[in-house]
Amino acid sequence: MRMIARRIGLYVITAIVAITVNFFIPRLMPGNPALAVIGRVQASESTQAINALELQYGVQTKTGIWGQYVHYWNQILHGNLGTSLNSYPASVGSLIRAALPWTIGLVGTATVISFILGTLIGIIAAWRRGSWLDNVLPAMTFFQAAPYFFVAILAVALFATKLGWFPQSLGYDTATLNPGLNWAFISNVLDHAVLPALTIVLASVAGWTIGMRNMMITTMDEDYVLIAQAKGLPKRQVISYAARNALLPNVAGFSLAIGFIVSGALLTEIVFSYPGIGYLLITAIGSDDYPLLQGIFLIITFAVLLANLLADFVYAFLDPRTRQEA
Amino acid sequence: MSMASTERSEATPGTAAGDVLIEVSGLCVDYGLGEGAVHAVVDADLVLRRGEVLGLAGESGSGKSTLAYAITRLLRPPGLITAGRARFRQSVDLLAAGEQELRGLRWNEIAVVLQSSMNALNPVLRIGRQITDVLRAHRPDSGRGARQARAAALLEMVGIPADRLGNYPHELSGGMRQRVMIAMALALDPKIVIMDEPTTALDVVTQREILEELMALRDRLDFAVLFISHDLSLLVEIADSIAVMYAGRLVERADAAAIFRAPRHPYSLGLLSSFPPLHGPHRQMEGIPGSPPDLRGTPAGCSFHPRCRYAFDKCRTDPPPLFDLDGAPNARGGAPGRAAACWLQDGTRAVPAELARPESGTAGRPEPALPGRPEPGRAVPGRPVPEPVVPEPVVPEPGTAGPGGGQP
Repeated sequence: MRMIARRIGLYVITAIVAITVNFFIPRLMPGNPALAVIGRVQASESTQAINALELQYGVQTKTGIWGQYVHYWNQILHGNLGTSLNSYPASVGSLIRAALPWTIGLVGTATVISFILGTLIGIIAAWRRGSWLDNVLPAMTFFQAAPYFFVAILAVALFATKLGWFPQSLGYDTATLNPGLNWAFISNVLDHAVLPALTIVLASVAGWTIGMRNMMITTMDEDYVLIAQAKGLPKRQVISYAARNALLPNVAGFSLAIGFIVSGALLTEIVFSYPGIGYLLITAIGSDDYPLLQGIFLIITFAVLLANLLADFVYAFLDPRTRQEA
Repeated sequence: MSMASTERSEATPGTAAGDVLIEVSGLCVDYGLGEGAVHAVVDADLVLRRGEVLGLAGESGSGKSTLAYAITRLLRPPGLITAGRARFRQSVDLLAAGEQELRGLRWNEIAVVLQSSMNALNPVLRIGRQITDVLRAHRPDSGRGARQARAAALLEMVGIPADRLGNYPHELSGGMRQRVMIAMALALDPKIVIMDEPTTALDVVTQREILEELMALRDRLDFAVLFISHDLSLLVEIADSIAVMYAGRLVERADAAAIFRAPRHPYSLGLLSSFPPLHGPHRQMEGIPGSPPDLRGTPAGCSFHPRCRYAFDKCRTDPPPLFDLDGAPNARGGAPGRAAACWLQDGTRAVPAELARPESGTAGRPEPALPGRPEPGRAVPGRPVPEPVVPEPVVPEPGTAGPGGGQP
C-alpha cells in the first residue's frame, strides 16, 4: 500500500512539472495569439477586433506571470485547455475529445492485439526453438524494419485501391453516415479500422515476438524451469512458469507503448487520413496552432504518466520482488 | 533431530537385485553433434541402491551433473545421450521412456535438489504454491486443504514454520530456501533424491546444519541419494559409496571409507589432498596442478596424464579401462565393486605407496559423523593422505578377496 501511495505521489509531482513546462514554453515565443488569429483569418485589423481577441486569449489582462500561472492551473483543473487558433472558435478540449476515441480505438486495439499476438508467438517460438517458426521471424522483422509509411501506402494501394477489400481512408463514411450507436455506423467504423490496424500490427508484432522469444529462451534455462520439469508438472504449466517470468520486461515495454498510443500512430493516421490525435497533431503543427499543440502535448504527457502508473501496478502484481521498497 | 538412526542396509555387492533403484551402463552424453561434439560423459557405469547415499565427485566440467541430468532425462539441448542404458528398478528404461511415463516417475520416484535454491525456486510464486503444485499434478484427487496441510507438514519437517508458506522465495534466507527445496523434493516420498551441489552456495555452518538434517531425514524416510559434489571430503562423510569422475569418465569407484583411506586413482588422491579434513589434525593441502582438460580436445591416452605425477609412457597413449580391483565381476550391469581407471592398477606394475594403502576392512563405511558431531566410540575417518596413518588395524579377512586390491 505504501508503495502505491509513493508511486502516485511521484507521478503527481511529475504531472505538476509537466504542466508547468507546458505553461512556460509558449510564453518564450515571440508574438501573441490574437495577432496570430488575425493574421490567419485576414480579418479587419480594427483595434476593437484585436482587443476582443486579446481579451479572449487573455493577452491584455496585465496580470503578472505568477497570476497567469495560477489562472492557467485554474483553467486546467476545470478542463479548459483554451481555444484553437486554426479551428477558431472551437475549444482545444472539444477538438481533442473528438479525436481521442478514434486514436484509442484504433491504435489501442491494434497495440493490444500486437502485444498479445507477439507474446504468444514469442513463447511458442522459444519453446519450439529451431522449428519452422524461427523462419517466420525474419519475415516479421522485415515488416518492422521497412519504413512504415511505405508499407502502409503499399497496403492501401493493394488492398484498398486495387482489390477494393477495404476503404482507402477516413474513420467512417462521412458522406453517407452520421455518427451514432447503430449497427450501420459501427460496422462502417470497423470496416475502416481493419486495414490501418493490420498495418500497425504487422509493423510492431515482430518487436514483441523477438523480445518475448529471447527472454523466454533465457528464462527457460533458469533452474526453476528445470525443477518444474523435474517435478513432472504438465508441459503447459512448465511453459507458463517460464512465460510468467519472461513476460516481465515485455510488460514494461507494453506500458510504454500504451502511453504512446495517444500520441497516435502518427504515420498511420496520416496515411489513412484517420481522424485521431496524430492527425490532429500534424494539422496543428502545419497551422502553427499553439493552443492546440499545447493541449495535445499535455494529453500525451498525461497518457504516458498514467500508462507508467498502470505498468507499475501490473508489475507489482506480476513480480512480488518489486513490491518491496528499498 | 537424532543421529541415532536405523541401521542402513549394507551397500555391498550381492544385495538382492530388487534393491537396485538406478542402474546405468555405458552411458555417453555429448553436447552438440558431429565433429564439434563435446563428449561430456563417456561410458559411465553406475548403480544406485535403495537407501544408499552415492557420492559423485569431480571438478567443474567433469560431467557429474550432466550424468545426473541424463539419467533423469532433464538434459537440455544441445545435450544428447548417444549411447548406453539407464534403468529404473531394472524394469523402466529411463532413456526410452515417453513423456507420460517420465512425468509419472518424476518427483514420485526421483526428485531433484539443485545448487542454487535462489534460482531453483520460482521467484514469482509463493513457496506454498510451489509445493502444492507438485502435489496437485501427481495426486489430482487430493483436496486443496489436504495439499496445504501436507505442504505445511513438509516445511515443519525441515524446520521452517508453516506460516512461511505464504512467503515468496526472496523473503527467505539462502539456508531456508534450500530447506524449502529439500521439503519440496520429499513431497511425494521419492525413492531417490538427486542432489546437485545442494549446499555449495551456503556458508559452512548452514551447510553443516542442512546436511545433518538431510541425513536424519534420509535415515527416517529411507530414500536413496545421488549426491553430486566437488568436495570429496564432504562426500566421504555422508556417502556410502563414491564415484569419482574426470573429464567425463568414471575414474574411480569405491566404498566411501575405502576411497578415503586408500584412494587408488591419482586424481582421487589429488582431490582428497585438496580439501582440509573436517576431522583430525591439520595438514598441508596440495592442489592438483593444472586445470581440467578442455572437453573439445581431451588429451590422448588417460585424460588425466598431463596433471598426473605418476604418469608414464603408456598413460600418454592408451586410455585406461576401469580396472576391477576387488575380484568381483565388473559392474557393467552388475554391482559396483571397487574399480579404478588407471594403468598403475592393471596388476602388472609396482604401485606407488600412496595409491596402494590398505583399506581398513571392507565394512569400514563411515557413519555420517558430521563436523561438530563427533560420535564417541565410532570410527572417525582418520588422518588422510599424504601421511599413511591408518586408524584401524588392517585385518585381512580370510576367504574373501583381499581388500588391498591395488597390490598384485
